[in-house]
Amino acid sequence: MLRLERRPEASQMMSYASPLIAVVLMLIGGLLLFSALGKDPIEGFKVFFLYPISDAYGVSELLLKATPLMLCAIGLAVGFRANVWNIGAEGQLIAGGIAASAVALYFYEAQGAHILILMVIAGAIGGMLWAAIPAFLKIRFNTNEILVSLMLVYVAQLLVSWLVHGPMMDPDGFNFPQSRLFDDSALLPILWEGTRLNLAFGFAISALLVGYIFMFRSFAGFQMQVAGYAKDAARYAGFSAKRMIWIGLLSGGGMAGLAGMSEVAGPMGQITDHVSNNYGFAAIIVAFVARLNPIGIFFASLLMALLYLGGEQAQQYLALPSSISNVFQGMLLMFLLGSDVLINYRVRWKEVAA
Amino acid sequence: MTSDAAEVQALRLELGGITKRYPSVIANDDVSLTVRRGEIHAVLGENGAGKSTLMKMIYGVTKPDAGEMKWEGQPVQVDNPAHARSLGIGMVFQHFSLFETLNVVENVALALPGNPDLGELSRQITEVSNRYGLPVDPGRLVHALSVGERQRVEIIRCLLQNPKLLIMDEPTSVLTPQAVRKLFDTLRQLADEGCSILYISHKLDEIQELCHVATVLRDGKVTGHCIPAEETPRSMASLMIGKELPVPEHGAPADLGEVRLQLQGLSKPSDDPFGTDLQGIDVELRSGEILGIAGVSGNGQQELLYALSGEVPVDDADAIVICGVPSGRDMPDRRRLNGMGFVPEERLGRGAVPRMSLTENALLTAHQAGMLRYGMIRFERVAAFARQCISDFNVKCGGEDHAANSLSGGNLQKFIMGREILLAPKLLVVAQPTWGVDVGAAAFIRQRLIDLRDEGTAILVISEELEELFEISDRIAVIAEGRLSPTKKLADTNIDEIGLWMSGMWDAPVDNGGQAHA
Repeated sequence: MLRLERRPEASQMMSYASPLIAVVLMLIGGLLLFSALGKDPIEGFKVFFLYPISDAYGVSELLLKATPLMLCAIGLAVGFRANVWNIGAEGQLIAGGIAASAVALYFYEAQGAHILILMVIAGAIGGMLWAAIPAFLKIRFNTNEILVSLMLVYVAQLLVSWLVHGPMMDPDGFNFPQSRLFDDSALLPILWEGTRLNLAFGFAISALLVGYIFMFRSFAGFQMQVAGYAKDAARYAGFSAKRMIWIGLLSGGGMAGLAGMSEVAGPMGQITDHVSNNYGFAAIIVAFVARLNPIGIFFASLLMALLYLGGEQAQQYLALPSSISNVFQGMLLMFLLGSDVLINYRVRWKEVAA
Repeated sequence: MTSDAAEVQALRLELGGITKRYPSVIANDDVSLTVRRGEIHAVLGENGAGKSTLMKMIYGVTKPDAGEMKWEGQPVQVDNPAHARSLGIGMVFQHFSLFETLNVVENVALALPGNPDLGELSRQITEVSNRYGLPVDPGRLVHALSVGERQRVEIIRCLLQNPKLLIMDEPTSVLTPQAVRKLFDTLRQLADEGCSILYISHKLDEIQELCHVATVLRDGKVTGHCIPAEETPRSMASLMIGKELPVPEHGAPADLGEVRLQLQGLSKPSDDPFGTDLQGIDVELRSGEILGIAGVSGNGQQELLYALSGEVPVDDADAIVICGVPSGRDMPDRRRLNGMGFVPEERLGRGAVPRMSLTENALLTAHQAGMLRYGMIRFERVAAFARQCISDFNVKCGGEDHAANSLSGGNLQKFIMGREILLAPKLLVVAQPTWGVDVGAAAFIRQRLIDLRDEGTAILVISEELEELFEISDRIAVIAEGRLSPTKKLADTNIDEIGLWMSGMWDAPVDNGGQAHA
């Protein structure tokens, strides 16, 4: 019988190395997958991981895709460090996108910088409101935030679907489920001429910096880490558990909402019922691969963005289904969790006592 | 222990040249030990002397690097605890090995071979617990049990298996004096029936009373053998620590100052269905005195401590007045601002965050002492505070960056105690100040508490060790079934009276001679 036996002391070095091991294993798994599908694995590897970033435009697309991932992941990581498990960034991203779009459509054909500023605020508040629901229910009724935040994702998806089929539908859009295209005044300025990379990337980098300071320098961040490591110690010290639930969920919701805003005011330029590209869920993987560390989130977001781009390329050049990206994401998470288990436990073969 | 020709037959366990190395330390170095049939054999030593490692090897938890073990004359290699149990070796651990989410019967059933009938087992548990004076309800969930009650479960679990050798690692820490005597009767009875007992304890008077022979370990080596009956506790202590034991100096009570803690009719139904409700507790504690609260664990100590610390606030603000401020509804940080310090019973996970460094653990409660600016942590100040705490309180550790869980229990306790004392509290509440701490460190901690009281702090100590309370307290009270007895000056009472009170009988009429029923 195979048994897992807790190691007396988990290796500190290995706990940092395990994300890298997971990436390597994911690559090997990918090569095997390509061969199993009858593709040349080396060719597959090139198409998936090298072609997407072989030119400057590709790099800009990588940064563009990484932007919402960074925003969502840093917000989630703040809560995850205190064991506040917000699984609903996807829904909060949609809520932020809806709120920002409402502002853009309200000011349709108007000019002025105030529109974008209001959209940023509306996006963040939209996401926070969506995240406030699980926070309130947890504090008031001790509901499980994992379930509530996850279920609210589906509510948000239906809400945006209803809106783009109804109140927000483009009146001249031949009944397509999408809004008008936003005015230039409601679009984020482009950072890199000739690409789609916009100011949202600046938001993301700033969010990572602020997140870093919050987590490692501020007392509130320290309190959240204490709560994550030892709940009783946090209570002993008098840290408010309610406050941590609020901070954890609102930071996740606010950042996800900002990511939603940056999608509708960025590459999309309108709202449709496909606001999100599963960024809210992928960001959970990003946060864990990054060990909830802002620097790690930067690199893990780039990796995850590459999986998105690689998946698109694989559809185009290898005639593989679009779900290939999800397969890679899933492998990454599985290998990460697997290596984490092996860091803390060792496998022992035990004779079953007669 | 008469020498006899058939003596070889009487040898139950022989260890020869046992050596165990860990990467950083030699836990056991060429240790030899012989236990006879029916012998109660004490293993003495400070924390870290290698006692627990040696016991774990006998019980099959770890394997020696060198040396041999003979069981009833036959060489054996104990592969695992199940093997040890099948040989007839039982062990009561110092750190409990119970599953919190299961109840008492289920925990006991797990240690037994086969698939025992739970109803029958529960009957057996009740029987054993009555016979040995170890009351425990077989149906209760372990997580709802206090530390003392968990220990009883461990002892009962071993006794159910009719062991030939019983290893007891500090078994009496949480028993009333009466229950200790009962347990000793049981152990003597077991020994008379032929069961051998390896008895680890730091309570030298108990060893003297109970054990036939003693082996002393220091730094992993056997440093001496003795017959406890021919020694004094002091002479055994110096054998154990290799030097003379410091005695706490307890000066005359200082002048009493202002009231620092006042409990007025503190009542609180327990949140835990198996907990103890606090019922109308009244007490007053003044600057410059130490009030000791004795009691068998599970009689409301945890609930009282949670209410005092603010981890579970009470509805009536006036029920708890800290330094003149009605504080019943305040959270712990608020109470700290009003001048309270608190050292909880659980060090890892409550008093300290296991994975965090000592610096970060200093910040846990010291953050109100100028260690923050604009909500940001001033790490240099925190580290300086942690270093001061380490040096003032002789905390043996790798440095302030090392994690709390890298320290031994005694050293972590010194750190937590140091942290709370350095914050200069007006009122300090301490639970089990020297639980599982070796005698040297325990004497140090007690001395620091007395010094602090001499500086004018009001100190409340809740402990299950009566000797300790009698050593440091000015006044003493007993908690039983959630009620608090009247307090008595130390000079006006004695261990027997307090021991009697621990069963809740302070209201019982006692004739004026002070003798209840002899």
